[in-house]
Amino acid sequence: MAEPSHPGGRRPGWQALDRGQRARPWEWVAEQAIRVVSVTAIVLVFLIFVFVMREALPVLLGRVNSAAAQERRALPVEQMDRLDPEELRQYLELSRKEFAEMDRDTLRLLMEVKLEAAEEVPEDKDAPLNTAAWRYLLGPHQWTGYDRPAYIWQPVSSIHKYNIVPLIVGSLKTSVVALLFAVPLALAAALYVSQLAPPRLKEWVKPGIELLAGIPSVVLGFFGLVVLATFLQQVCGYASRLNAFVAGIALGLACIPVIFSIAEDALTSVPRSFSEAALALGSSRWQAAWQVVLPAAVPGVFAAIVLGFGRAVGETMVVLMASGNASLLTWSVFDSTRTMTATIAAELAETVFGGHHYRILFLLGALLFAVTFLSNLLGELVIQRLKRRLEGGR
Amino acid sequence: MKTPLLTFLFGSLAWAFCNPLATARAATITVKGSDTLVILAQKWAEVYMQRKPGVKIQVTGGGSGTGFAALQNQSTDLCNASRKIRAKEIEGCIRAFGRRPTEYKVALDGLSVYVNTSNPIEALSLEELAGIFTGRIKNWKAVGGKDEPIVVYSRENSSGTYEFFKEHVLGGRDFTAAAQTLQGTAQVLQAVARETKGIGYGGAAYGAGAKHLRIRKEQGGPAIEPSEQTVLDSTYPIWRYLYIYVNPALDRGEVGAYLKWIRSAAGQGLVKDVGYYPLPPPLRE
Amino acid sequence: MTLHGRWEVGGGSRRGAAWSVLFTGATGLATALILAMLAVILVNVAWHGWPALSWRFVTAGTEADMFEVGKAGVFPMIFGTTARVILMTLFVIPVGVTTAIYLHEYAHTTSVLTRVIRTAVANLAGVPSIVFGLFGLGFFIHFLGDRLDLVLHPDNPKPIWGKPALLWASLTLAVMTLPVVIVATEEALRGLSPGLREASLALGATKLQTIWQIVLPNALPGILTGGILAVSRAAGEVAPLLFTGAAYYMAELPRSLTDQFMDLGYHVFVLSTQSPNLEQTRPILYGTVLVLLLLTFALNATAILVRARMRRRQRAAG
Repeated sequence: MAEPSHPGGRRPGWQALDRGQRARPWEWVAEQAIRVVSVTAIVLVFLIFVFVMREALPVLLGRVNSAAAQERRALPVEQMDRLDPEELRQYLELSRKEFAEMDRDTLRLLMEVKLEAAEEVPEDKDAPLNTAAWRYLLGPHQWTGYDRPAYIWQPVSSIHKYNIVPLIVGSLKTSVVALLFAVPLALAAALYVSQLAPPRLKEWVKPGIELLAGIPSVVLGFFGLVVLATFLQQVCGYASRLNAFVAGIALGLACIPVIFSIAEDALTSVPRSFSEAALALGSSRWQAAWQVVLPAAVPGVFAAIVLGFGRAVGETMVVLMASGNASLLTWSVFDSTRTMTATIAAELAETVFGGHHYRILFLLGALLFAVTFLSNLLGELVIQRLKRRLEGGR
Repeated sequence: MKTPLLTFLFGSLAWAFCNPLATARAATITVKGSDTLVILAQKWAEVYMQRKPGVKIQVTGGGSGTGFAALQNQSTDLCNASRKIRAKEIEGCIRAFGRRPTEYKVALDGLSVYVNTSNPIEALSLEELAGIFTGRIKNWKAVGGKDEPIVVYSRENSSGTYEFFKEHVLGGRDFTAAAQTLQGTAQVLQAVARETKGIGYGGAAYGAGAKHLRIRKEQGGPAIEPSEQTVLDSTYPIWRYLYIYVNPALDRGEVGAYLKWIRSAAGQGLVKDVGYYPLPPPLRE
Repeated sequence: MTLHGRWEVGGGSRRGAAWSVLFTGATGLATALILAMLAVILVNVAWHGWPALSWRFVTAGTEADMFEVGKAGVFPMIFGTTARVILMTLFVIPVGVTTAIYLHEYAHTTSVLTRVIRTAVANLAGVPSIVFGLFGLGFFIHFLGDRLDLVLHPDNPKPIWGKPALLWASLTLAVMTLPVVIVATEEALRGLSPGLREASLALGATKLQTIWQIVLPNALPGILTGGILAVSRAAGEVAPLLFTGAAYYMAELPRSLTDQFMDLGYHVFVLSTQSPNLEQTRPILYGTVLVLLLLTFALNATAILVRARMRRRQRAAG
């Protein structure tokens, strides 16, 4: 950020400078255009959150009802004329505008379908429950046919079961595996490249890892599904071929470049004087790297891990293809698992706009947004503080 | 270098913005829905387009639920479905276009239950199947197999096959949460082919690589193999119609002609190539 | 800052040397392992994909059979991917660069609002692509598209704009990559020497002239870097396209912005999960993956070359 003291900054007068000395009318127009485009773009950026939240908000506020059986009983079609228009409108759950636009035949059809829908309602003690309420989204419930209270994600069912806990745990499981795999490798590589490797080797390694970053995630997912899954099952011998472990390893491949580049950046930004001092005191290069440079860059390493986590949680195609997508709630990484991102990807297309399933998937999206945005913010702040401190210590 | 590039860019932009109106008038039919039907729908589209060069058909899968959602959102002309439409979905259609969608049966499909070829089990009853897929039966020993845990493969819940199986085999109960969810029948088949303890379900038409179980309607009854014969005379218990739904207002002109052709001898002739069973002639009208 | 930590003085001692070798070896091994995994992926794809690759494969369409080895081609997917990337660039570069100019040259840097905007923009780069897909569906298709249909084609029962389309997919990707371009451009603007602007003003140029003729040309390599990052991030991205435009099968190339399109990345997903026979279609799958990798790498490589050339020319001129 260009504060006045920043070496690359300019005098504060430049931004305030109004069109230079000899302004021409078309320049005024052009500058206004710049302003309009930029403000639009910035507004768009904020709209992302607004629009994802807008669709999810009714669930957050508990205004969505996903009960299989509605409270009011279905009325025979002949009763249509006995209801006054307002009652009829409410019974058919129409907005005023929709109601005004519909002719009698359409209303009659809707009455018929209401009856048919009532017949489809299952005889189930859970049918009147609003399963989109917070209680059922987060807490366990003993559904009909289950022997004990459980966290169940079964959105397409006679009773829609929307417990998001298995999905959150699934996302965490794959991300933790990915980080356990990626962090040690990426950090070691960052230490090696920034401190120990001969410069000529460095010129080869860095583009190589950039190349890894350039591999599309759908290709990593494909690789996980086709090659890695079979290979790892043969090596480890677990039961289900596609599971959190396979997905985590493939996901780790996506995280390595992120963690590597941030950690490498942080390590390189530690002033040379630190390691030179250590070397002058007689320590070896690895001691200087391990005991001086790394401790100085610890916040950067932390930031790298946090940002890597953000990447892992948000990655979609890899987990969609390689995790097996069973909405199990277990802690074993060798079980199939269903993540939040994969759930959105697999289910959104089938939902009706504005329906409860649609809104709950948007709720998952909003949750993902919040988690990744916050972890990014945290990482960014840590890095900035670190850089400022290192520059101040120079 | 600059000028031709700019001309190209602006030219393509101009082209892009003027064109939507032109294509809105051209006969493009969009088809969306069941993954079970997508291969057949694509075959129909390919053959029909060769015959009628003026017509463009665009096919997308995603599952029957996806198709019904698109029908209600009016983002598709034809909706492929491997299950019947639900009242809730009809309601959505009426709200969107004021009419009930028209339903056409377009083919028959037998559903097979696959196990690995090394599995000694040859036949299962519907009740045993329900037990396995709901998670009540967890070991092959309980149904007369080896002492091994059962690995259950299922489909994504947007799939009509998933819902059909759930309704007609599981009696509406939920699949076990341990069931791995795969995106296509071929993937289920491949998984079962590789996993000796696996069991999965899908179209009878698919099938290389895994064993198709024979099915008993009730415990101790005759075990029936899925085949055209047993599906058509409905002795095989797990079979279904495949449907196309359409907004009646659109069911004329090119779309109407296409639907007619699908149900004609020419269209039905292709059904078997893809591995489903053609409609018996009385059902074609 | 003080040096802290316990260590044995004298790195030349035997134990020290052993540790040194061990440590260097372990970190070097980790580096090698990462590169080895990269190599395994590339070699695996190239090995299985190469036999499938032919002139026919990259030029044939889907008119024959999408799943038949020897007949199926991926030209429509190459076209779709290229088209959406180019369209995205057309949106994201002008808007992103303009926004960066505004933020850096016009907005008051020290104000809280500017700082909030800048932080928000920077952090948006880490938001998952699937969330952008949700946004594209909610905003572009259902909010903008439905309204466009109401206004432009009130009598047409079929939505023209309010459905997945090439335009919406490209715009979604453009929003997704907007932060990348803004951040990179700002970085480039910040890196310019302040004397440049002052000299231009001193010679009597107006502010806009200064920006257009002095600031922008000098910042071009940085802007291009942003463009490259945006393109390479967008080219292989599939998740945001799932609901905004990619089609499973289309008989012919998209003709307008409101058509759907076939996409290389999405096709990889389709072939690896929904093909009618996975074993039989494997050669097509590998071929498609190889084409996708080649395309993304080629895009990256061209862009890097352009940037390098630009830098060299600038250095020669300066």
